[in-house]
Amino acid sequence: MSRVNLNTLSLRFRHVWFRNLITYRRIWRINFLVPLLEPAFYIVAFGLGFSGLIAGVSYAGMELEYTQFIAPALVATACMWNSFFETTYTSFVRMYYQKTYDGILATPLSLEEIIIAEIVWAATKAAAAVALMLTVLIPLNFVNFPGGLMCIPLAFLGGLAFGAIGMTFTGLIPSIDMFNLPIFLFITPMFLFSGTFFPLSGIPDWAQLITLFFPLYHLVELTRFFSLGAMESNMIFNLTYLVFFTIVFGYLALLTMKRRLIR
Amino acid sequence: MQVIQTRQIVNQFGKFTAVDGVSFQVERGEFFGLLGPNGAGKTSVIRMIYGFSPITSGEMKVFGMDIRTDWRKIRLRLGVCQQDNTLDPDLTVEQNLQLFARYFEIKRKSAREHAEAQLEFFALTNKRNAKVVELSGGLARRLQLARALIAEPDLLILDEPTTGLDPQSRYQVWDRLFELKKRGLTMLLTTHYMNEAESLCDRLLIMDHGKIIAEGRPRHLIAEHAAESVIEIDGPDDELRDYIRERAIRNDDLGERMIIYTEANGELEHDIRKRFCVEACLFRAGNLEDVFLRLTGRELRE
Repeated sequence: MSRVNLNTLSLRFRHVWFRNLITYRRIWRINFLVPLLEPAFYIVAFGLGFSGLIAGVSYAGMELEYTQFIAPALVATACMWNSFFETTYTSFVRMYYQKTYDGILATPLSLEEIIIAEIVWAATKAAAAVALMLTVLIPLNFVNFPGGLMCIPLAFLGGLAFGAIGMTFTGLIPSIDMFNLPIFLFITPMFLFSGTFFPLSGIPDWAQLITLFFPLYHLVELTRFFSLGAMESNMIFNLTYLVFFTIVFGYLALLTMKRRLIR
Repeated sequence: MQVIQTRQIVNQFGKFTAVDGVSFQVERGEFFGLLGPNGAGKTSVIRMIYGFSPITSGEMKVFGMDIRTDWRKIRLRLGVCQQDNTLDPDLTVEQNLQLFARYFEIKRKSAREHAEAQLEFFALTNKRNAKVVELSGGLARRLQLARALIAEPDLLILDEPTTGLDPQSRYQVWDRLFELKKRGLTMLLTTHYMNEAESLCDRLLIMDHGKIIAEGRPRHLIAEHAAESVIEIDGPDDELRDYIRERAIRNDDLGERMIIYTEANGELEHDIRKRFCVEACLFRAGNLEDVFLRLTGRELRE
């Protein structure tokens, strides 16, 4: 009964996106603060605390300070957290507690359009957070200018990927407390093992192979490329994987949400 | 013209049949009621009308169009006031209306005008900047009604619009609904308040276990399934029981209390009053609640 019907997708989804934008603007100042402060904390902590322990990192033929190495990774992980949290906790609250979707489903919008709007909104929010981070990281020379600006559209793509998988969990999870599970089993390992805090070239081959399945790894690599001008992997491969991941989980998000809501 | 036409509609999910072969029509300008105990399938029928719950079998036409194929065109002309509060708690009263208008492809400028008109109609103008979480139950319900009317629908669906409201708020909602009825708007209402259904609805049907068990005008249903006049007698004795049985009078014997359905000012009524009403006796007009309880039973559900 609850088949995904892609024919019901139209640009009308922008109205739901717009609704989310209005809500975001209401708590604008708080939304503003986190992306600005987060990289600052990390860079200060790692810069002060780690500089005595780690001399530098060799990456793609460059000798980088540790903070230079992790700064682009922080941009990529911020993108992940922003969009994943948006389509998990925030969307779950809208769906389950606020019954926002129920209200919209009595208007000329389809459930498919609502779900796509949520994912696109999550990507927008991620791109906005990354844009804000760049206003700190570019002046401090952690990110190249103007090449580093490419991180913004990239964050939109990454945001779609993480927004889609987040929405899939929202379609599957029975109660809001259970989001701990995908966060603990999927997001946290990915956060640690995606070439974020150490270059992939330093770990065993089998571990590298597993890492290739993590979308965050591909996003980190691409972010590093645009921030530093060099990378250790293939850009086309990274981009293709992210697009592929977005399509697969975008479809699964529609399927699981339809199963969950329509009866 | 018929606004809603359904023929043998069924809604099934898994093994559970929520709606089991329901057929009814709603005419233009009619105020139509859908009654039934909790779980009878009322909300499922409503969700089928706006194309949310799938139609497993049968046919459903709204404004002459098939809900399965033309759901978007139908929803453009539909207003739904849901049972749950589905307002946006993050937004103000005015924003709730304006953003909702956009879901109906109403342009920004005219969305403002539409919102203004509804704020006025529901006396919400001085609350326009209030957040939804700050609203009382009555105000929130009025806002939800205003939102349902934002696109000037040809059919308004009201799923328990007065549940949980205090009497003042309830009268205010009724007052607005009467006004809309005067303007010729077609409305479909579900409610657990029988007096509400009796005074608002031109015609209604009673559902139970996914099926229709009665249909008609409120007065006709009362005459058919209860009576014009009702006598309630506390602590009925055997003499009364014999009297009733001999004359085959319609009654409900609840043990501690007996409800007798008679004709107003008839001989029987006078006779019962004279002979059996020594202690507590209540004479009143028959109402829809009698019909409802007689048809769906007095036992607790679930």
